[in-house]
Amino acid sequence: MSGTFTKAMARNIFYGGAVFFFLLLVALSFDTMGGLPKSDNRANLTESVLRGKHIWETRNCIGCHTILGEGAYFAPELGNVYPRRGAEFIKAWIKSQPTGTPGRRQMPQFNFTDQELDDLVAFLKYTSEIDTQKWPPNIEG
Amino acid sequence: MKYSSQSVAMPYFIAAIGLFVGQIIFGLAMGLQYVVGDFLFPAIPFNIARMVHTNLLIVWLLFGFMGATYFLVPEEAETELYSPKLALVMFWVFLLAGAATILGYLLVPYATLAEMTGNNILATMGREFLEQPLLTKIGIVIVALAFLFNITMTMLKGRKTVISIVLLMGLWGLAIFFLFSFYNPGNLVKDKFYWWWVVHLWVEGVWELIMAAILAFVLIKVTGVDREVIEKWLYVIITLALVTGLIGTGHHYFWIGTPAYWQWLGSVFSALEPIPFFAMTVFAFNMVNRRRREHPNKAAVLWALGTGVMAFLGAGVWGFLHTLAPVNYYTHGSQITAAHGHMAFYGAYVLVVLTMISYAMPLLRGRAANDERAQVCEMWGFWLMTISMVFITLFLTAAGILQVWLQRVSSTPMPFMAVQEQISLFYWMRLWAGVVFAAGLVTYLASFFVKGESKPLIHA
Repeated sequence: MSGTFTKAMARNIFYGGAVFFFLLLVALSFDTMGGLPKSDNRANLTESVLRGKHIWETRNCIGCHTILGEGAYFAPELGNVYPRRGAEFIKAWIKSQPTGTPGRRQMPQFNFTDQELDDLVAFLKYTSEIDTQKWPPNIEG
Repeated sequence: MKYSSQSVAMPYFIAAIGLFVGQIIFGLAMGLQYVVGDFLFPAIPFNIARMVHTNLLIVWLLFGFMGATYFLVPEEAETELYSPKLALVMFWVFLLAGAATILGYLLVPYATLAEMTGNNILATMGREFLEQPLLTKIGIVIVALAFLFNITMTMLKGRKTVISIVLLMGLWGLAIFFLFSFYNPGNLVKDKFYWWWVVHLWVEGVWELIMAAILAFVLIKVTGVDREVIEKWLYVIITLALVTGLIGTGHHYFWIGTPAYWQWLGSVFSALEPIPFFAMTVFAFNMVNRRRREHPNKAAVLWALGTGVMAFLGAGVWGFLHTLAPVNYYTHGSQITAAHGHMAFYGAYVLVVLTMISYAMPLLRGRAANDERAQVCEMWGFWLMTISMVFITLFLTAAGILQVWLQRVSSTPMPFMAVQEQISLFYWMRLWAGVVFAAGLVTYLASFFVKGESKPLIHA
């Protein structure tokens, strides 16, 4: 850092750079929001899906599972569990928890009603139809 | 300590360390749950333990940042804190709200907790790291605003140095971007998109300003290098951080339903994100090499150098490892992510808070530096925690590479749980590294109680 590069120059580059790239992020975000209807599967965002998302959140599913690759890495990816397992398997699986197998990772019993199970499945189906640029690489998630 | 009101930092530091201990206890429990799946089930299922582990981390780092700020700003501004009383009141508010939240997680079913705390009015819970009940989130905003008011008023009546301006920008940014945690649209893609405006713009954005400012402050104090030099470095580092990190947000927008152009933007800009961390390492070593005094607090110098190196390794190198879209296609949401998360948080934020505590705590206790024996003990704590964190990261990386191979690359991909059994050896080794980390933490705690001659207080 020689004398020609002064603190005032460093400061100006910082403010200029920070403002420019933040505005660029904002602009790109606007562009993304404009393009989302093509990829985010909003056409299928039904009341049932919204209730399902609420159940997903209030049971803290993300504390063990990932969804579209985000969350905890303790239990399987659920973004594509709908095509992987199908609706009936998912409901039967949730109902039969915990397995109680000694030493095996356990999932709590949430005592869902049939309506709640249907909503959760609707949410997982909607999620699986989001255009994720072909992620995950295969059906195992 | 030059101003008596700096002493409000002390309870913040003590609370930070206390919550750090809690975080590690839950970390060990989870490490065991990874290999003995039914450990503590159903009393503390994994998701609850993880929520406690990550939320304690965030809260104790915030305590650390606030404590650091209360120590730093009066000294930089050369004036007493605007209101020490407000700082102490907010300390108790934050501590009690934090404790109540953690107890809520542990004692009340999460769905019930959500109903009790107004989640049906405004649903914000159940998203990774933002699991806090609505009331807690509002509490965080109130504490943050009171804190920022106090600090801003202090600065306005005193000297405005580059360090305190940068620190304050980081803290204001922290508070402002947290507001996105209240936005939770039903559209999962939008939800995820703006969720990163809290998470990414915190840890790869404004938190880097806070970190660089704290590091710069400690380096001025322990090396005696000219402020002009250090402040110029500080500007360069934070410029690099924001120029790369803002559009670097794009590395989270590869596979969540967002347009494909983010794969290019995210890859290119986040590939540059190691540069500010590398600059920080060079900065720390450069300043220590050019030091104009031998500060008696050797431990603080060690923590400062450790911050530079470990932040570069954890955030820079391990971040780069899986940030390019073609690589991330396979590694996204695997143990590679966990490996990076552990070393990045430790290297950047845990270490910078402990650097500040190491420098400030002896001063708050009325001496320039601790006794030689206490410092040796503290440095043992540093090495045990740091080396074991390197091993935690290496074991998780090995687990992650195998996981990605067996589950995603192989022509006959295996199911998730079958893969987890295949890689359990690495989870066991991670757990043992975690036990060593806990031993390092105990050693660190013990250093506060080592008695001996204290160095006389010199005004540095």
